[in-house]
Amino acid sequence: MFGCGVYGFITRKNMIAILISLELMLNAVDINFAVFNRYLFPGQFEGMIFTIFAIAIAAAETALAIAIIVNIYRVAKNIDIRDLNKMKF
Amino acid sequence: MDFSLSILVLVIPFVMFLLLGLVGMKMSHKVAGWLGTVAMGVTTVIAYGIAFTYFFGTGQGQIAEGVRQQIVACDYTWLAITDTLIIKLGVLLDPISAMMLIVITTVSFLVHLYSIGYMHGEVGFQRFYAYLSLFTMSMLGLVVATNIFQMYIFWELVGVSSYLLIGFYYTTPAAVSASKKAFIVTRFADLGFLIGILILSYYAQTFDFLQLTGEPTSVIQSAGGATFLGGSVMAWALALIFMGGAGKSAMFPLHIWLPDAMEGPTPVSALIHAATMVVAGVFLVARMFPLYLQETAVLELITIIGIVTAFYAASVAMVQSDIKRVLAFSTISQIAFMITALGVARPEYHEGVGYMASMFHLFTHAMFKACLFLGAGAIIHAVHSNEYTAMGGLRKYMPITNITFLISCLAISGIPPFSGFFSKDEILVAAYHNSAFYGIALSVIAGMTAFYMFRLYYLIFWGEERDYGDHKPHEAPAVMTIPLIILAAVTVVAGFIPFGHYVTWNREAFDIHIDWTVAGTSIAIALVGIVLATVLYRKPSAVPTRMADSCRWLWRAAYKRFYMDELYMFVTHKIIFALICKPIAWFDRHIIDGTMDAFAHVTHYASSKIKGLQSGLVQNYVTVYFIGAILLAIVTWLCVI
Repeated sequence: MFGCGVYGFITRKNMIAILISLELMLNAVDINFAVFNRYLFPGQFEGMIFTIFAIAIAAAETALAIAIIVNIYRVAKNIDIRDLNKMKF
Repeated sequence: MDFSLSILVLVIPFVMFLLLGLVGMKMSHKVAGWLGTVAMGVTTVIAYGIAFTYFFGTGQGQIAEGVRQQIVACDYTWLAITDTLIIKLGVLLDPISAMMLIVITTVSFLVHLYSIGYMHGEVGFQRFYAYLSLFTMSMLGLVVATNIFQMYIFWELVGVSSYLLIGFYYTTPAAVSASKKAFIVTRFADLGFLIGILILSYYAQTFDFLQLTGEPTSVIQSAGGATFLGGSVMAWALALIFMGGAGKSAMFPLHIWLPDAMEGPTPVSALIHAATMVVAGVFLVARMFPLYLQETAVLELITIIGIVTAFYAASVAMVQSDIKRVLAFSTISQIAFMITALGVARPEYHEGVGYMASMFHLFTHAMFKACLFLGAGAIIHAVHSNEYTAMGGLRKYMPITNITFLISCLAISGIPPFSGFFSKDEILVAAYHNSAFYGIALSVIAGMTAFYMFRLYYLIFWGEERDYGDHKPHEAPAVMTIPLIILAAVTVVAGFIPFGHYVTWNREAFDIHIDWTVAGTSIAIALVGIVLATVLYRKPSAVPTRMADSCRWLWRAAYKRFYMDELYMFVTHKIIFALICKPIAWFDRHIIDGTMDAFAHVTHYASSKIKGLQSGLVQNYVTVYFIGAILLAIVTWLCVI
């Protein structure tokens, strides 16, 4: 699942798709946290709590990213990541 | 007057400098000029009060067993760097500093007054007065210095104010280069002075004049007989200190700046380059005289330099055409007289008459030379030229200037009863006591002095009358003639001051005797010089031109000041610049700059090669990041295993 995220992040042109890939990676990490916590340290809850934090922050981050994308669209009329290469040398 | 007031003599001019320098531009010319003059007048009154209290007062401990005491009126610890290295600022009153207080404040006050007329309507009038105040403060600080370090500080300050005043007309290239020349030459000499101070105080463990001159033998012995290149270290130190004095006093071969310094306004020439700053070297030697007495070899050197300078400057002065240049060379020559007088002074001859004669001549010379310069200023003011070719027959137009100029010329030539006769006579007496050769040389130079001064006088006031056109020369305004009259009056009476009662090398009074054999000869020689000048220049005649033509090369060499400036140019440009500065410049440009440039080039080259990596494509960055992360993970994993 993390690998799918990475692949999508690198290959997709659409920024929304990239954002989705990013979410995919985050969720993969969350699942890892939860699962490893459950099987390696059954008596403790740090992993679970960390996951809940990550989900909350991911929601905020997504909102922010969407806002940025909307603004980029307003300026550039385009959300293709490959055309947004103004920030080079 | 209480001696503690003496600090005011320094404070008032300094405050005036700040006031005129900072808010002077807001004042009108009239306010600034009179404010400066009145403040200087107050300073003069205080200085006179102090000097007269010192010389004539009957306060306790002023004269003990016939010896005038040196009084430290105030002493303030300025920098205490270590327990032994303490730099103080203070006021030392003794015969020579009290006398210098009178000389400086008198001339400075009269120059302030005179400048109101002379500088009338000039741009930067207030700045001129600010600089004059700065100069006066520095010069007074120099003469009352309690220790050699304080003297050095004020020594440099007078150098700076001289630089500022020579370059007063900073839009004229000649004035700018003259001010730079004066500053660089005197700075070069001051390097010697500084090294001398350091050597001297390193061994003597003190800067203080009272300790240095109070125990000269132990100071000299503190070096422990150390020698350097065949001379004792102390002799070297004293010679180096004299080098600083020679630079300020324009002694050969460091004299080259003084003639050019005449580019400054004429009152400045009168104040700085005739009466006060240029005698700082004489004052320095006089101040350290007990030490110099311990090293007679240095005194011999001083004598020889003095005689050479006096002769050189007198011979150059005989052919110059710019009246201020003539006066400048005559100043150099007269200062050389003072220096020679110090050089030949020994306590065993006639109670060290040379020292007294030197100070006496310093006093009288300051008065009559200031009068000559101010007179020359009045003439330049009237005809708007420095060249004697633009003058002639001026006696009808400027009677007051004529008479004061004549009195000063008679004084400098050594005709009784004018003051120059008495002081020059004492110098000649001292020289004959030391060696007949020195005496004869000085007598001849005194004759030359009479000749060139009267040549100048006749060329300006007599001779052929020029066509002045509609703009007839006229007598200067009262603010300019009053200083001339005062200075001429002083010149007439100053010779009768019993100087030996006040200023002597060991501060014990003695009576001056006029040695009529020496005096008679010197009067005769001076008369010969004057008669010769009268014959040649009183009426327009072709004889001087014919004489100049008959030995053309000699006349030309003298006119070109014996090519000293060319020699300096050759040495600095062809030798120092070409052989030392050029390689250093090459090293700087190619090695030092080259190294730095190489750093920059390498960085620039490397960055241009790798700048393609910053493509602006976010996904490229992420790819690289992931590859890196994976590689790191593999490396870590391999290391763990």
